[in-house]
Amino acid sequence: MADVSTEDHVSHEMGLHTEQLSGRTQQTFFDLTEEGGFAYTDSFEVDFNKRAEIDASNMGAKEVNLRIRELMQEGNGTIVLKNPGAKHSLCVGILNKLNVIVEGSLGYFGVGLIDGPNVRIKGRVGWSCAENMMAGTVVIEKNAGSTFGAAIRGGDLVCKGSVGSRTGIDMKGGTILVGGDTGAFSGFMMQRGRMVVCGNAGKNLGDSMYDGTIFIGGEIVDLGVDAVPGELTDLDRQWLTRKLSMYEMLPEKGVDHFTKIVAGRQLWNYDNLEPAEKKLIL
Amino acid sequence: MCGIAGLIHRDGAGKIGEEMTSMLQALKHRGPDSTGFAVYGLPEEKRFVLRFKVAEQEDLSSGFKIHDVIKERHKEVDQRIESLGAEVHEKEEATEYAFRYEVSFDGDMKNLADFIEDVEGAEILSMGNALELIKDLGDATVVSEQYDLDDFKGTHGIGHTRMATESDVDIRSAHPYWAYPYNDISVVHNGQITNYWIMRREMERRGHRFVSNCDSELLAVYTAHNLEQGATLEDSLKSSIKDIDGVFTYLVATQDSLGMAKDTMAAKPMVLYESDDIVALASEEVSIRSVVPQEIDTWDPYDEEVRVWRT
Repeated sequence: MADVSTEDHVSHEMGLHTEQLSGRTQQTFFDLTEEGGFAYTDSFEVDFNKRAEIDASNMGAKEVNLRIRELMQEGNGTIVLKNPGAKHSLCVGILNKLNVIVEGSLGYFGVGLIDGPNVRIKGRVGWSCAENMMAGTVVIEKNAGSTFGAAIRGGDLVCKGSVGSRTGIDMKGGTILVGGDTGAFSGFMMQRGRMVVCGNAGKNLGDSMYDGTIFIGGEIVDLGVDAVPGELTDLDRQWLTRKLSMYEMLPEKGVDHFTKIVAGRQLWNYDNLEPAEKKLIL
Repeated sequence: MCGIAGLIHRDGAGKIGEEMTSMLQALKHRGPDSTGFAVYGLPEEKRFVLRFKVAEQEDLSSGFKIHDVIKERHKEVDQRIESLGAEVHEKEEATEYAFRYEVSFDGDMKNLADFIEDVEGAEILSMGNALELIKDLGDATVVSEQYDLDDFKGTHGIGHTRMATESDVDIRSAHPYWAYPYNDISVVHNGQITNYWIMRREMERRGHRFVSNCDSELLAVYTAHNLEQGATLEDSLKSSIKDIDGVFTYLVATQDSLGMAKDTMAAKPMVLYESDDIVALASEEVSIRSVVPQEIDTWDPYDEEVRVWRT
């Protein structure tokens, strides 16, 4: 493995969290010692200063997503999507470094399955935004629907407004930042990563969470099963301050009022063996 | 899956028929089996609109005799309306099996409804001074054209695109449901009700009638029951969250209001947009965008949230 400082540097640039991943599979997802952090075999070399526009007024999701791919292939590193009209499944499956500016709102499953791009959405997003996101940054200026950041594995997913229910359900890494409130069952079965909500949280927060950390700036209706308060450390305060400042979301009163929620680990009933290893033992 | 939508014009009557058609057509992918509209015009004090059917669309392919059977049923309904002293001012035949009457009647509305529905195959889709309830098989455009809905002007409306999961693909199981026997009350629902049979038996024991096996009908009957007991629409919506099990988001419209309720799990979607002129709500924002194309601020209501808007 590369030394920690190199990893920190690269992962910070990529928007990845810096904590050590312990899962065998996840360790091989990203080899941070590779030049540029990571690369897919069919990724494209793009120039961030080369800019292109797509008018999605009369285009379907498949057409838009194919057009983004074509533009990346032509070397465009910044793509502006105009008139998205809250259509579903736009900007999905981008496995490339890329700047995407969405001038409007997305429907369901927007920017899902992405690995690397930096996306700025000037409107709102529907359900399941950035589902299974691997790396990159997604910043939404308005509100978001439910299952925001479901099962994300890395990157920063930011909503300046409020989000619906089940935010960060099954998240396995990365960071979710919410400027407003979040609904019920947020952090349900969370496994890793960090979720920060500057406003209030609905009922059953962190229900059945395995691991990871939730920070809530406002009121919490109630905690879910096996979610317990944790001690807000100086490292937490530093991290919160740095992370919220990055996206201009730092509350005027600072971060001391945040409540930290972690897994009580009373529900833990699994081991570290891979299925193949279990077979060997049995 | 199903899709639901609602729209209120706060500044008077608008092209509610055309707009609801656009909103529901945008939700076609959520349910292509049937589409229904409950749209509200300006209320007529002395006349009410009676919409009823005497057969299902699929009955038309059941044999040559069905056309005579439909005529016989229709004739029987006419006789029964006349025998109770109701005066029919206008008759429209939207399809061979579905009719719209403008009626004046001073008697017991429930009695009239029961007497009509006693005719084999007859089902009242709606009664109301402002309500026009239209539902049939096909997408929003098909149903809207069939029933000439595009020209309808009104203050508000709700609608539904259905993906049949719990019951048959027929008009009987299509939404909206009229809250029999109350004038001008209609319900659309997206979700599954898991204590349907328990609640249905309870409602039947209290004398309420069901015309289908669709779980969504329960919400119309439940609303009618609560209003009969003196509850307000808001009370009824709030109590439903405790009484009804399952995952649901549903809309109820009355002559002058529109309400929504979301279940405790918040498992079914709803997006809201509110401005000085209109309130638009739908299962997906893409539906709202079909009538408000410009960039707007929308949000999702949370679990157990109940809202009621007045026109």
